Amino acid sequence: MSLLEIQNLSVEFDTDQGPVRAVSGVSLSIESGEGLALVGESGCGKSVTALSIARLLPSPPSRIADGEIRIDGRNVLAMDAADLRRIRGAVVAYVFQEPGAALNPVMRVGHQILEALRLHRPQSATTEEVIHLVRQVGIPAPEDRQRDFPHELSGGMQQRIMIAMALAAQPRLLVADEPTTALDVTIQAQILDLLSRLKRELNMSVLLITHNLGIVQDLADRVAVMYAGQIVETAPAADLLRQPLHPYTQSLIHSIPQPGKTGGRLRAIPGHVPRLSALPSGCRFHPRCARIQLSCSQACPDLVEVQPGRWVRCPFWKTAG
Amino acid sequence: MKTAPSIPSPLLEVQDLKVHFPVRKGLFTKHQAYVHAVDGVSLSLQAGETLGLVGESGCGKSTLGRAIARLVDATSGVIRFSGDDITSLGASGMRPYRRHLQMIFQDPYGSLNPRMTVAQIIGEALDIHRLARQSAARQRRIRELLLAVGLDADCQNRYPHEFSGGQRQRIGIARALAVHPKLLICDEPISALDVSVQAQIINLLADLQTEHGIAYLFIAHDLAVVEHLSRRIAVMYLGRIMELSDARKILHAPRHPYTQALISALPTLDPASRRQRILLPGEIPSPIHPPTGCPFHPRCPRAEDRCRTETPLLRELDPNHWCACHLPLESSLRPDEPPQTNPAPGSLHG
Repeated sequence: MSLLEIQNLSVEFDTDQGPVRAVSGVSLSIESGEGLALVGESGCGKSVTALSIARLLPSPPSRIADGEIRIDGRNVLAMDAADLRRIRGAVVAYVFQEPGAALNPVMRVGHQILEALRLHRPQSATTEEVIHLVRQVGIPAPEDRQRDFPHELSGGMQQRIMIAMALAAQPRLLVADEPTTALDVTIQAQILDLLSRLKRELNMSVLLITHNLGIVQDLADRVAVMYAGQIVETAPAADLLRQPLHPYTQSLIHSIPQPGKTGGRLRAIPGHVPRLSALPSGCRFHPRCARIQLSCSQACPDLVEVQPGRWVRCPFWKTAG
Repeated sequence: MKTAPSIPSPLLEVQDLKVHFPVRKGLFTKHQAYVHAVDGVSLSLQAGETLGLVGESGCGKSTLGRAIARLVDATSGVIRFSGDDITSLGASGMRPYRRHLQMIFQDPYGSLNPRMTVAQIIGEALDIHRLARQSAARQRRIRELLLAVGLDADCQNRYPHEFSGGQRQRIGIARALAVHPKLLICDEPISALDVSVQAQIINLLADLQTEHGIAYLFIAHDLAVVEHLSRRIAVMYLGRIMELSDARKILHAPRHPYTQALISALPTLDPASRRQRILLPGEIPSPIHPPTGCPFHPRCPRAEDRCRTETPLLRELDPNHWCACHLPLESSLRPDEPPQTNPAPGSLHG
């Protein structure tokens, strides 16, 4: 049994213009100790999918319109408030993009970690355990740093504190939502290194949400690519980067400048990501697709397993571009 | 101090530029400390050329760009544009130069007036510099500019909020182009855009350079993007230039340990190249109290005693390869790779 199993999830938001479907029929699973990266551009529904796992989206305006989410075999959508409180933190913990905004500015960081411990592991809510957690995330002089206020720490250090708080309840799944997007590349490398070490040492599952395909291979065993609310391709990370099959994944990879590959024009994707309130008919990528066929605008293709472990939402994936 | 890498009659020449911002230390103390945002930078840029400026946040790259555009005042040093010293010109003295020295910004949402239509935004630039005084000519020019940046000419009566991020960045570029600039300072112009749209803007900037021969000072934190557009790259750290050379040499044969670590930390799609990542310890020190000696020494794997006391000067290690390091890395260009000759100004990648 998978640790996390999402089946056919659809999430809608009420807006002035009526309901908008941000996530349409997303299915994915994560095994114990596995890393999955959910990749896509802004507005593709990756964060909404991630927040739905612990039911963190405010309702209203959001609404889970369809589907099923199971953690450890238990149906999250059927849980009451007390059950949800038990799984939040203890089973699934989150690390977000802006550590500065997630930390309480007037509370010492050690105390914030202690709070997380009191909630989930009251018997271990001691300064020693706080220092142990701060050391575990690679912060030098943890005895001193745990007494700092958030503003005394740099962005990279704040993110380490957020990871320490997430680890406090010994979660089985860590959802990292753009954990390095606000950080510099040298600090990003440090945080990715830390997360992959923790994943390995604690045998923790990781769901990495990112727009940056370049960082997925550090943490992810598999990658799911989202576009306009749907998963368009799922594959083992190395396969996806080496040989993407969906035209969107291919274009995305080709449009990223690669160090060392100078010269010529980049293969930009024409147009822009469609608004969720005005989605194109048929395949949602067809207006921007270089390999468009007549049928593409008529029916939305299904996500099909075309090779073992590789799923593609494009019937023309074989006509390689 | 040794002078900058300079070639005859550059379009832009910056010499030993310093920009220090005062910060008050305590509530009641008079003693002020200074943020050494730019601390002795020298560089030059030829007409039609692109110089990439990379570094992590807080390294002073944006302040340097703003100082060159005279949006912040230099503390000391000299900025020459087309040979003229513009370092301390006032607002009216700057006006004739502003036409030739334009800037585009990172945030396409914050840099356009939300209450002005596209035609007003672009037309304002034309009016200030009295470039198209008859309304028919003005109309024609606005349409021309919109087409040049790949926007529909019929969109000129719409407001910025009606456009996507990439389209707004195109409007910002059209506004800058309106006055026929010779130098465009691009401050992280694609960082706020979606990945699939970034490539469109990069291609547009490359096309405009080929067509109009505009020089770019391209500021970004992403070395791969900078490499794609730039002939030469300057790497900054804590207000100083650490290394300056041809884009290819910076990427493939860096001599400065910081450049080497920066490159190794780049996100990559290539499974083979990620294992050689160099993890730098620690973080960028505060520019209020920069370390003594080499600003990079606390994080440098090669640092020795001399690095802690003596600040290395930017010196020319190989022809056109400048590096500020006491213990530079060996030149690792393989002999079978021919050294890149300088392409003519204006041409991209030779």
